[in-house]
Amino acid sequence: MNRRLLRQALPFLTLAVVLAATFYVQPRTMSYFGLNLMLQYAVPIALATIAQMFIITVNDLDLSIGPFVGLVSCVGATLLLDNPLLGILALLALIAAYGAIGALIHIRNLPSIVVTLGLSFVWLGIAVMILPSPGGKAPDWLKALMTVQTPWVPFPIIAAIVIGVVVQLALMYSSWGVIARGAGGNPKALSRAGWSMLKTKVVMYMLAGFFGVLSGLALLGLTTSGDAHVADRYTLYSIAGVILGGGEFIGGRVSPLGAVVGALTLALAGSFLIFLRISPDWQIGAQGAILIIVLALRALVTYGEQKR
Amino acid sequence: MSSHAIRLDGVEKSFGAVRALAGVDLTVAAGECLGLVGHNGAGKSTLMHVLSGNLTPSAGTLSIGGAPYSGSWTAAAAQAEGVRCVFQELSLCPNLTVAENVRIVHRSLKGLGWKNRARALIRQKLDEIFPNHGISPDDEIADLAIGQRQMAEIARAFTVTDGALRLVILDEPTSSLDAVTAQQLLAYVKTETARGTSIILISHLLGEILSTADRIVVMKDGKTVADRKAADFTRNSLVAAMGSEAREHRRGEARKASEEVMVRAQPRSGGTASLEARKGEIIGLTGLAGHGQTRMLLQIYERRQAEVTGKLAFIAGDRQSDGVFNLWSIGRNITTRSLSALRKGGFIDLAAEERLAEEWKVRMAIRTPDVDNNILTLSGGNQQKALFARALASDAAIILMDDPMRGVDIGTKQEVYAMIRAEAEKGRTFIWYTTEIEELTHCDRAYVFRNGAIVASLGSDELTEEKVLQASFAEHAA
Amino acid sequence: MMAKLLRQPWVFSFGAAIAVWLTTIAYTGGQGAGAILTAALSFATFTIIVGLGQMMVITTGPGNVDLSIPATITLAGVVAMKVMDEDTGRMAIGIVAALGAATLVGIFNYGLIRLLRIPPIIATLSSSFLVLSTAISYGRGIRIKPPEPLAEFATTRLFGIPIMAFAVLAISVGMAIVLSRTVYGRSVLAVGQNSRAAWLAGLNVGRTRFLTYVLSAFLAGICGILLSGFSRGAALNMGEEFLLASIATVVIGGTSVAGGRANVPGIWGAALFMYLLVTMLNTFGASAGIRLILTGLMIIGVIVAAGGEEQR
Repeated sequence: MNRRLLRQALPFLTLAVVLAATFYVQPRTMSYFGLNLMLQYAVPIALATIAQMFIITVNDLDLSIGPFVGLVSCVGATLLLDNPLLGILALLALIAAYGAIGALIHIRNLPSIVVTLGLSFVWLGIAVMILPSPGGKAPDWLKALMTVQTPWVPFPIIAAIVIGVVVQLALMYSSWGVIARGAGGNPKALSRAGWSMLKTKVVMYMLAGFFGVLSGLALLGLTTSGDAHVADRYTLYSIAGVILGGGEFIGGRVSPLGAVVGALTLALAGSFLIFLRISPDWQIGAQGAILIIVLALRALVTYGEQKR
Repeated sequence: MSSHAIRLDGVEKSFGAVRALAGVDLTVAAGECLGLVGHNGAGKSTLMHVLSGNLTPSAGTLSIGGAPYSGSWTAAAAQAEGVRCVFQELSLCPNLTVAENVRIVHRSLKGLGWKNRARALIRQKLDEIFPNHGISPDDEIADLAIGQRQMAEIARAFTVTDGALRLVILDEPTSSLDAVTAQQLLAYVKTETARGTSIILISHLLGEILSTADRIVVMKDGKTVADRKAADFTRNSLVAAMGSEAREHRRGEARKASEEVMVRAQPRSGGTASLEARKGEIIGLTGLAGHGQTRMLLQIYERRQAEVTGKLAFIAGDRQSDGVFNLWSIGRNITTRSLSALRKGGFIDLAAEERLAEEWKVRMAIRTPDVDNNILTLSGGNQQKALFARALASDAAIILMDDPMRGVDIGTKQEVYAMIRAEAEKGRTFIWYTTEIEELTHCDRAYVFRNGAIVASLGSDELTEEKVLQASFAEHAA
Repeated sequence: MMAKLLRQPWVFSFGAAIAVWLTTIAYTGGQGAGAILTAALSFATFTIIVGLGQMMVITTGPGNVDLSIPATITLAGVVAMKVMDEDTGRMAIGIVAALGAATLVGIFNYGLIRLLRIPPIIATLSSSFLVLSTAISYGRGIRIKPPEPLAEFATTRLFGIPIMAFAVLAISVGMAIVLSRTVYGRSVLAVGQNSRAAWLAGLNVGRTRFLTYVLSAFLAGICGILLSGFSRGAALNMGEEFLLASIATVVIGGTSVAGGRANVPGIWGAALFMYLLVTMLNTFGASAGIRLILTGLMIIGVIVAAGGEEQR
């Protein structure tokens, strides 16, 4: 039992270690503004990670979330700014498209990796057509929201906690969340009990689309201009975040709080490496190394649990 | 309220050219326990899937409580009408807790406090059916032993929230339960029918059916061929109705065992007693289900702290998760264990492979026109035969069997028993974990397991149900 | 017979490739039909080499995928160019060094998966970060041309067909034989369907996975060497496009992503299709955005047409 707890605590411990190491290397980050600066980009990453988590819950994988977030930022910087109503409609249409893709994947029993791989080209193509080169402008309310100065605790931390707790309650504690996770654990059992797998999958994909939209808007609020390629790395970040947070690819085992913490860890690791003054050649390699170390620790804990 | 709970008239179902149900009429009275028997492939499972709304029949009508059901009979409709089914493959979500799995079959468990209601519901039912079950509502299914999972699933089927419980279908419910829990369940079936719930009990263990059911229906080739009160059947007449003769399959006198020891191993999971198997012996592993027998087999298979002289082959009991390669033909499934031996100049000799598959198809009497057909075209029993063929066709001197007869029909069993005896005569060693005490009559010796340790070693003249149960429970009785 | 042929999943990818090619030459009025094919064969061979490796990896079962292919291509290219140093005499040692480096990546990948029990997708992703950093650091700022024979091999044509295509054809035939006629190949298919059943059937699951990841990295190494010969030098982003391309060719080619079913001819059809598609869109003068959208829709279209996995 202790090891299970330890495994669940591992994402949080990892975050604490990375945070402590960052404070040690650069004590000035241990302040309201330091944290705010380091963690602000964690908010869109956390939202994208949550989006990915919904897809992973039903045993699929979304390779298009990065370009999708980029597309949302382009829509936000153009359509949403010029014509808010049309902009909102466009974003709703994107969420509906996610649902439709979920339905297609379920009905035709398609491999999600391939469909979303193709989809990533589609999102990127639309984004490039809207904004061939970075440009546009974020709506002022969005900028204001993302740079709001909350008292005592920096906004990114509050945002991350709110996102994590809300999704945690919905997916892990509500009666609806049981059905969603059950759909990943044993889809046959669910349909035998009279639940529609199609409906479940569409809802999960639309939730992913919704959080993808939130991620794109949050990112736009920070970058203040749209860019089709701004979030290309989010696909990998989001997958790594879910796994760092204790999720598994198959079987409906996910943890929303863990996913948010995983996203925070990834965002922090980036800053930490810059503070360490690692040669730029090795920066990406060091990120890989951190990922490996964390997962090795988890394997160690899990292994001990199985051996017991 | 009409006297019958559910009725089927002229139900037919075809899968392509295969006619699984050829016009079935079936009535289940309220408060009745109906025993349903038949060989694998007789259509029992298809019929149950129709009853539970998971398959739409090609023809026929279904009546509920006296009136034909209007609208389409879907899984959701069956749930709403109080029809539940415990399927042979487990229908629990392994990533959810016991209580959360209860929520899946009860739509009314929602809103604030749903989890506490679900916990209370399942705890109360588990206590009622299986006293001392040792399962907590907050246990994740994946952490439970297979027997406990089956207990949880059975208890779940009997929980009631808003709608009344009309019919519970138990498809091989005792296949993973040990003798004690199986008895608890069968006793509960009587309690529950006395309350007015109807139960359909499907089992290959004819003793269970004869002692528990009020009425027995026999199925064969997609039709019902006999329908009488249970008291009117005997074991032999029941087997005769299913279409294969009952044979006394007691072994002849104990053979003179060889001196050559093939396997010697002490369970890592406990105890000081160790297991020994000599050349040409059939060694049984018994005791309550899940007390370390499978672990013992795997320990031998991995050769961890076990002296093994000779090559090993393993016959899995859980076909789907441990045995069959779904995408492959019957032939390829048979030859998997022999690929290295089939090599000629580094490459697999395809002609020799084909010959080997063909030979074992004939020797095991696998019922298929062509070994190139996909393995899933076979019935469950014949798939199991293919797994036996895989092991027996190999160069293995020692065959480990992990309760391989689970859910296999009697005809197939008899054929395989004969095969095992013949192979043992030729000098092969068998180590056989079985949950069916009857099967121990085929063994030369058996080891009884309790809590991971070997607690008794019984010779062939001591292999009676009484002795085995005595050894299994010795400590509890004290 | 015809019906049986049509049920082969790779027929779709070849059909799609031919349709796209015909559309293109219909648009150009037949002009450049041969040249387009020649170019397609040249470029597709690189995708086919890594596609074969990716196919083996994906076939070993759900969750198995090699994301380190691009980084390995880059590393092999950089190592080959640097060791050869434009000297024809050092070509052999350069090839050995590059393939050795690639093999090490494969061993490292498997080590992560096996010893640390990391899911392959994350293991190969993390290791690709390390490999890429190594390649960047080792090949910093260099611009070395390949030795002449290597460049020649990568670009020479025989009757309009690149000789590299013949070499890759040989590799492909070899792979098909490996799959059906060797214990390793059968093990890959068995492990992909059910690894526990494969273990209990006496197959060596660990060795099978190990060989598969090493094979994939090795093929990526070959691709890296040839690619730097073809494009006259290694570049740090030379592997980039092969991540999505390798996965897309495997799946469009009819290999099951659920594992256990591989398809070699399909890799060829899919790789040609993907290249010809881009050619067609370029011929039509489509903008970058349209090109991306249509590429994406075509990938989705092919997978929808080819149908999903059968329910297991």
